[in-house]
Amino acid sequence: MSVLRAEGVRVAYGAHTVLDGVDLEVAAGEVVALVGPNGAGKSTLLSVLGGDPRPDAGRVLLDGVELQAQDLRRLARRRAVMLQETRLSFPFRVEEVVHMGRHPWRGTPQEDGDDAVVAAAMSDADVVHLAARTFPTLSGGEKARTSFARTLAQQAPVLLLDEPTAALDVRHQEALLARVRQAAREGAAVVVVLHDLTLAAAWADRVVVLADGRVRADGAPADVLTSDLLSAVYQHPVDVWHRPSGVPGAPAEIVVLPVRAPRDAAPPAPTQETP
Amino acid sequence: MSAPAGAVAAPQRGTAWRRSALFVGLAVALVVLAVVAAGTGQLRVPPAEVLGSVLHRLGLDVGPLPAHQHGEQALWTIRFPRVVMAMLVGAALATGGAVLQGVFGNPLADPGIVGVSSGAAVGACLVIVTGWTFAGPWTVALLAFVGGLAATLLVYLTARGGGRTEVVTLVLTGVAVNAVGGAAVAFLTFLGDTQAREQIVFWQLGSLNGTRWVYVAVVAPLVLVGLVAAVLMSHRLDLLALGERPARHLGVDVERLRVGAVVVVAVLTAAAVAFCGVIGFVGLVVPHLVRMLVGPSHAVLVPASALGGAVLLVGADLVARTAVPYADLPIGMLTALVGGPFFFWLIRRTRRSAGGWA
Repeated sequence: MSVLRAEGVRVAYGAHTVLDGVDLEVAAGEVVALVGPNGAGKSTLLSVLGGDPRPDAGRVLLDGVELQAQDLRRLARRRAVMLQETRLSFPFRVEEVVHMGRHPWRGTPQEDGDDAVVAAAMSDADVVHLAARTFPTLSGGEKARTSFARTLAQQAPVLLLDEPTAALDVRHQEALLARVRQAAREGAAVVVVLHDLTLAAAWADRVVVLADGRVRADGAPADVLTSDLLSAVYQHPVDVWHRPSGVPGAPAEIVVLPVRAPRDAAPPAPTQETP
Repeated sequence: MSAPAGAVAAPQRGTAWRRSALFVGLAVALVVLAVVAAGTGQLRVPPAEVLGSVLHRLGLDVGPLPAHQHGEQALWTIRFPRVVMAMLVGAALATGGAVLQGVFGNPLADPGIVGVSSGAAVGACLVIVTGWTFAGPWTVALLAFVGGLAATLLVYLTARGGGRTEVVTLVLTGVAVNAVGGAAVAFLTFLGDTQAREQIVFWQLGSLNGTRWVYVAVVAPLVLVGLVAAVLMSHRLDLLALGERPARHLGVDVERLRVGAVVVVAVLTAAAVAFCGVIGFVGLVVPHLVRMLVGPSHAVLVPASALGGAVLLVGADLVARTAVPYADLPIGMLTALVGGPFFFWLIRRTRRSAGGWA
């Protein structure tokens, strides 16, 4: 039973079609990675799933009800969105920013747990030591972690994350996606835009490959992340390795790497995309 | 990845202390200043007698009554309405500034700079020149509100782009709106008779001179309504600082909030401008100082700005009345004298921290 469902979504900005006929279903307890080249429509799809632009055609259903028909506050208790970049007009402290995630719960019994939820979210995103710092003084990675903490504090069972790991170091990338997995284990439906395909393979249940505004592939990482498909979609030769896991008994790990010419050679010619 | 939970609580305690200290400090300053201001003038009334007079009116037989035979009358017909008006106008201007800055996501927004005040001025001058009284003593306030609302909507619709308002666009839109407003006021001055002209000129300089209880009775409800509405939207204004989309993701109806805030700003500005004329920079200076002391959270910023604005204007009016013997200086001139350089400093600072004019 899918919690979030996009049906035939089309979005166009003027003459430029960004998304065309996109279908997507996300079930509770599932982490879906959205990958694809620049300009494929990943962020737009995530926005549409979050209810921001109304699709020009098609519709998005959350709990079976169209997004635009839902009350904003109720919607905010059901789904949280983390955007790529957060700018703050005023120098709020990190702790205050995370507290903003509790806004949808104001006036509900859950409000009593605000402080505990915020403290837990800050600990999970490793921003406790930054609590008293003001947001504009943070580094890019620290800002991203603060936004992640705010998203967690919202306690929504649907999480939409747009490149949450882009600015993070290796330790925090792993920690963030581990926390996302934990949310899924607890019943959340997660859609996460990722650029790092190895990361997507390691942490996602399903990978959806977008290219030119359409879904090119949708399935388990091992089925979707193949050299042929990725080379075609990214127009650059890509190798996919299956490496035995360091943990005995665990399935093989998928490692995705671009093929690189010797450093001083000319860059490889773009591979022809075969339809 | 974990730290003791106490680490979160510690800075909270420090801030809470600073906030309480600010509110107590401002409240004490307001009472002291009000008592001193009420007792100061050509007819001096010692603070104890001022307090005594107020307490007697409240039905408490405590403290001395004014010793001078005209003391009681001077206090209650001239001084008190003026002091109360200064509080109301200061609170209205500072709160209006705080709300406007929240809506535009820009610390440089101010009813005067953006042109809201000059829109309200056009409405008020129209009443002065035409002598309209269709709404009794409320006529000026009503037309000032209409003018202020029109100007605010104009700025709101033209200065925003992509959910943000750039500093340059905002200030330049203000220049344009102020220019049109100035032209309208100039035309009205031209149309008016000698008496209306003189009234307009002094009104534009801003002054609390000649405040009567009737005016206070018009301004007070408007300011109270504006303040309550501003406090009610303070939490949502915080979220707006994240940007339009994140605010909507957190359940805020952004369009409704913006329109509501624009109306609140127009009400507050109209209340401030209606009888006292254009008093600039209060809405810029006060919220900024409050933010520097206790941070940008609107739940604190809005009430603290209201108190701070009241303190500032009661103080400024005291200076205006007493700086030059036997002269009542225009208060708008005073606030501009201090506010102009402050605005300049603020622009420089914003420019540096934003890395440009964006």
